[in-house]
Amino acid sequence: MTMDLNRRTLLGSSLALGAASLALPRIALAQGVGDKNLLFVMLRGAADGMAMAAPLGDPGYEALRGATLSEYEGARRTNGFFAIHPAFEQVGMAFDAGEALFVHAAATSYRERSHFDGQNMLETGATQPYAKSDGWLNRLAGMMLERDGEDAGRALAISATMPLALRGAAPASSYAPNNLPEASNEFKARVGLLYGEDQQLGELWSQALETQAMANMGGGDDGIRSLRDAQATGELTASLMRGRDGARIAMVELGGWDTHANQLSRFRRNARALDTLLGAYRDGLGAEWANTMVVVVTEFGRTVRFNGTNGTDHGTGSAAMVMGGAVKGGRVIADWPGLRENDLFEARDLQPTIALESVLSGAIAEHMTLDPELTMARLFPGRSGQALSGIVRS
Amino acid sequence: MSRPNIALNRFGYGVRIGGEAPTNPRQYLLRQLDVFDPAPRVLAGRTDNSAKPGEIVDALRRNRRERRMQATDAGESMDSMANDSAPQRRGRRRRQLTGFPPEVQRTYLGAGRTLREDIGLRTNISVASRAPMVERLVHFWSNHFSVSAQKPGTHYQVADHEFFAIRPHVLGKFSEMLKAAVLHPAMLLYLDQFRSVGPNSPFQERRRERQDPPRRERGLNENLAREVFELHTTGVDGGYSQADITEFARALTGWTIQGIRRVERRSVPQPNGAAFVAYAHEPGSRQIMGRTYRDNNAGQARVVLNDLATHPATARFIATKLARHFAGDTPPPALVTRLEEDFLRTGGDLASLTRTLIDAPEVWTEGPVKYRQPFEWLVAALRITGVDNLNARVLADALNELGQAPWRAPSPAGYDDLEGSWAGPDALFRRVELAERLASNARADDIMNRAQTAFPGALTDNTRTWLSRAESGAQALGLLLVSPEMMRR
Repeated sequence: MTMDLNRRTLLGSSLALGAASLALPRIALAQGVGDKNLLFVMLRGAADGMAMAAPLGDPGYEALRGATLSEYEGARRTNGFFAIHPAFEQVGMAFDAGEALFVHAAATSYRERSHFDGQNMLETGATQPYAKSDGWLNRLAGMMLERDGEDAGRALAISATMPLALRGAAPASSYAPNNLPEASNEFKARVGLLYGEDQQLGELWSQALETQAMANMGGGDDGIRSLRDAQATGELTASLMRGRDGARIAMVELGGWDTHANQLSRFRRNARALDTLLGAYRDGLGAEWANTMVVVVTEFGRTVRFNGTNGTDHGTGSAAMVMGGAVKGGRVIADWPGLRENDLFEARDLQPTIALESVLSGAIAEHMTLDPELTMARLFPGRSGQALSGIVRS
Repeated sequence: MSRPNIALNRFGYGVRIGGEAPTNPRQYLLRQLDVFDPAPRVLAGRTDNSAKPGEIVDALRRNRRERRMQATDAGESMDSMANDSAPQRRGRRRRQLTGFPPEVQRTYLGAGRTLREDIGLRTNISVASRAPMVERLVHFWSNHFSVSAQKPGTHYQVADHEFFAIRPHVLGKFSEMLKAAVLHPAMLLYLDQFRSVGPNSPFQERRRERQDPPRRERGLNENLAREVFELHTTGVDGGYSQADITEFARALTGWTIQGIRRVERRSVPQPNGAAFVAYAHEPGSRQIMGRTYRDNNAGQARVVLNDLATHPATARFIATKLARHFAGDTPPPALVTRLEEDFLRTGGDLASLTRTLIDAPEVWTEGPVKYRQPFEWLVAALRITGVDNLNARVLADALNELGQAPWRAPSPAGYDDLEGSWAGPDALFRRVELAERLASNARADDIMNRAQTAFPGALTDNTRTWLSRAESGAQALGLLLVSPEMMRR
């Protein structure tokens, strides 16, 4: 539960943990493969990490964001430095229980400020926008398939269309509840025949049927008509991942984080939705929460100063969140860059000091008991950094 | 794919029931430039909603002062207004509106209905159109200048944006469309421009003199300026810098919407319900991409837009997007060059660009080259089934379920124009569900001949076989609506 702002101690402790966890893979493998759940939550629109976990302990904070101080009255504090946004009730409880952590001042290697390019790089895992056409989550599904074969389980996007992160060679499906009248079995059977000779439509169709069957079996979307309801979406996601036949890898997207104006209320509302979704998801998984990891990231951060319309503009460093039954939580992992003019990236943004790619590969490799180096090389090729270790309890 | 099939489906929205496959595909397309109706009569009959956004923005501001929380929550509940149908949500929204004056409550509650009716108009115009290729261009440009009904006031304006800022210019000059689209209330609201204030404007000086608390101070918002460079003109690699963005944001200050009471006295009306308030404009000349723009108030941003409209990077960016839309996700370089040269030569004449597109061999390649997006698919399905009067709520709900509600793209980049974004299992399942429903309520005779006409020379033996084995006309029509020929163009 400690948080130290000294760079060396921080890196030192995570390295030590990394060494301790080396013995883990064999034990976990013996326990059985393919029983780990991973939920990837993508916050589209550049969520403000400085609002998620506000660095109130930084002497520069008040001058930059004095107007936000009242928002954090009575908020959870970690070592007096970071205040966790009060809308994160469920996440906060998990944090207290040592099952959730934040990684701060993190960013991908993208250093411009376009949402679309930033999201493209975050989803493809490439070092340039539009350099790869498949997503890193799909490549992870491929790695699991290579290792576990049929036991690898399915990969699923909780979405009507396939997000880029999950597009690629490994089989993946997508599902979202809808209001449309159900097609008759007779018609569906004939559609299957019609698509018999069409590889693309044939594959999409059989994946759609499988996912439909799974959703009907879980009874998960009773009464859900859209993904707007955060509680229902969390429950649905859990129901689609429960049990042997559930999906092992899933992805959920939440938008609305591009808070150029009136940030306080908009962020509060978005954070509440995210929090509700995660709480419902955890509750829905029951005992399987122990084998589950949730990773929440965004394409980049926002300006440290508020703009002229009570909002913030596109920035660089942000925060990520890792949650799960086996996560060594209750802390904020940060190599805090500071908020003085010279500390900032281009004098306006939080300077990123931790590579998001290292966080993702490290967390996932430990959770799925994959080789961290290999994981980094497959999911985020072309980086010099190492996978972060010590995210999962050893 | 045959040329008649390409003319109908790759360029347009497919054949209409009772229609024929074109005998001269090129002529068929060129003629559409003449028969296109930029101002269909149904649009003239729409209620004038130009005062609504100002009314809403004003009411929000007043209430925020009085009861900060409730006002904000009510404003933001507008987010889900267009697509929600559940009565309990409506009830909740009504409760949230308690405290607003009755006329403002009516404006709020009417927003969703107005948006739905406009979605109905857009769809039915396309279904009935004799110039489906030009309708496709309208929707292409509308998506290029994407605005989304997500902020208070925008519900009343997003359709106006397409109908009156995009549609009239679709065969005109790009610079005119750019200025109309960027300086329209829908865009000014959507990308936060309407409240951006010059840091050294008289407005701001006055506030400083009065020593208003600094945290309530309004100032510059660079959201619109950034997206104009990145999404509307030069593209992200167009050679602009952060300094260019900030300078352009300064040039844009003063551009806002009509009807905001606080500044109405100083506000000069601009086309389509926009307004210019010199009092909030940043004084001085601006340096943008190596050029100097002297301060002439509202004109300053217009001149910048004129220059951006004909910038070489813009020509390249537009050419690439247009080529991607008509000739495939990976646009043929030769086509991009052809379009780019045309754009540069004519200074962005969109009719000329369209003719060049029609005459480009790269668009007439054997295909299919694209997976149909949901709106395209639905319009094509309605044209082929002959259903041209579905009510607005049904259409809006259907498009929402298909994942492409008009004027509701998830980001200012608009809806994605790549196969991977649309060819998903769940999305396909939804088309199948909708197809069976549509087919069961449509004329279902003579399906084999209609299929031949719809996909001249392109209907596969496989599809023909399964259509002929269908147990009823309605089932055959349903299958035709989800056939591979229908999904791709």
